[in-house]
Amino acid sequence: MIGIETIVFFMFAALSVFAALRVITARNPVHAALFLVLAFFSMAGIWMLLEAEFLAITLVLVYVGAVMVLFLFVVMMLDINLEELKEGFWRWFPVGAVLAAFMIFEMVWVLGSRQTAETGAHLAKHAADYSNTKELGRLIYTDYVYPFELAAVILLVAIVAAIALTLRAGRAKKKQDPSKQVLVKSKDRVRLISMPASKKVSAQPDAAKADQVKS
Amino acid sequence: MMEAQVLQFLQWFWNLFGFWDSLWSLVGPAWPLVWTLLKIVAIVVPVMLGVAYLTYVERKVLGYMQDRVGPNRVGPYGLLQPIADGVKLFMKEIIIPTGSNKFLFIAAPILSIAPALAAWAVVPFADGMVLANVNAGLLYILAMTSLGVYGIIIAGWASNSKYAFLGAIRSAAQIVSYELAMGFALVCVLLAAQSMNLGDIVRGQHGNYGMLNWYFIPLFPMFVVYFIAGVAETNRSPFDLAEDESVIVAGFHTEYSGMSFALFFLAEYANMILIAALSSVLFLGGWLPPVDIAPFNQIPGLFWMLGKMSFILFLFLWLRATFPRYRYDQLMRLGWKVFIPLTLVWVVVVAAWMQTPYWLW
Repeated sequence: MIGIETIVFFMFAALSVFAALRVITARNPVHAALFLVLAFFSMAGIWMLLEAEFLAITLVLVYVGAVMVLFLFVVMMLDINLEELKEGFWRWFPVGAVLAAFMIFEMVWVLGSRQTAETGAHLAKHAADYSNTKELGRLIYTDYVYPFELAAVILLVAIVAAIALTLRAGRAKKKQDPSKQVLVKSKDRVRLISMPASKKVSAQPDAAKADQVKS
Repeated sequence: MMEAQVLQFLQWFWNLFGFWDSLWSLVGPAWPLVWTLLKIVAIVVPVMLGVAYLTYVERKVLGYMQDRVGPNRVGPYGLLQPIADGVKLFMKEIIIPTGSNKFLFIAAPILSIAPALAAWAVVPFADGMVLANVNAGLLYILAMTSLGVYGIIIAGWASNSKYAFLGAIRSAAQIVSYELAMGFALVCVLLAAQSMNLGDIVRGQHGNYGMLNWYFIPLFPMFVVYFIAGVAETNRSPFDLAEDESVIVAGFHTEYSGMSFALFFLAEYANMILIAALSSVLFLGGWLPPVDIAPFNQIPGLFWMLGKMSFILFLFLWLRATFPRYRYDQLMRLGWKVFIPLTLVWVVVVAAWMQTPYWLW
């Protein structure tokens, strides 16, 4: 008898493989991005089964909630020509194939090793009040503090580089100063002039005459 | 505790008709599942009713603030107006534009209401009254509220209409920007509570001084940021640029009609109530009474929770009646240049403050 957990695992696994395949086969880039979202979701489900709820929720929060939104944003705005993208496919196929083979070899090597099999065997169920988040925080800030800080610095460098790349010099900068906008008074923008509603027009003799008759 | 009471009541009720034994032989084996479903229904039905009557209250409050009476024709004081509106939307035809992407066009409203309801799973209404007592509850809430944007973007794109798409783009940029400020405000709360479990966060606000123990005092700037970011996240006025009717018709739901439109509407209001519930749980002491003395702490916690939620919801309506709509660049400036620096500084301030003996919460 297969346990319910196994059934759920295979459901999520099948779903993520299907979604991942559709990401690269879908013709419409927006559909491909949405399938990537589905793949992230099913992976989060698998992590949840492994009792890694912090990682699972963070995956949804960061990748699905923020990164993929920006992806979709860009993909929807671009006018992507599929024919143009397909052009160099066979030319670059060998490079891609070699890379893929290398990655598959690496994964089989790591996952099939005796060490991985042994760690898997030691996985024990935790009590319901076990806080995954707390444990992760403790490990990150004690045992793995230097690798963690290193990763943070690399991310910071990436942020600075991204900003530097978008800051193009030599372009006329148009900038508004909100404090100036707020401080503006009505008299800076509009000048109210008091003037009579009507006046004598000397250029038109008929009108001037009519005025004289009245007075 | 509650489970046993409910079981007892069900047994008593069905024994009146003599059905209990046959019913239990059917339901008994799957009882945990049935119990969870019952709890889900017990949350979703009041939320949906709350949404319906929030629209009524909104129209009444806006009416009185603008010196009108608001809806007063359907039923006494217009109380049946939301029902009439619901029936009207239900009867209307769902029009699917020819140029639209049909599957996504139908899926978008579903994607927008599902996270709005799913987030309620971890909200505690009173001590122990919660569907799922999750340790990473705060993160779960953040993850779920960040998913709501998919419904909007997909709706805008699948409609194949310029106005809908403009609304979707505006909304996506707005929600992603304000989510950051919201996240940092929540980081302050979890620093103060030292827990991400929403129940523990409320219990952390329990003390001898009633409402002085609530987190809105040490984290007041965060409370304000959270509320304003919440208004922006739910696309409510004055941040309703995603459905800016004077500029882009109705924004992302321009092409929607009937029930598919109603789902967006329900999602927006369910999100509003959710933000109100979260503000009360995180900053206003959840189910705790404001003064911990005799007449007040006798009142059930659920009552206080609902009272606090109503107050926050009134603020939503008040804002809508008071302020003109923001300009889009002002909106982005507020999010990125005011809220994010403010919240970042306050995270450091709270973290440092908690190391000193002057942290009293």
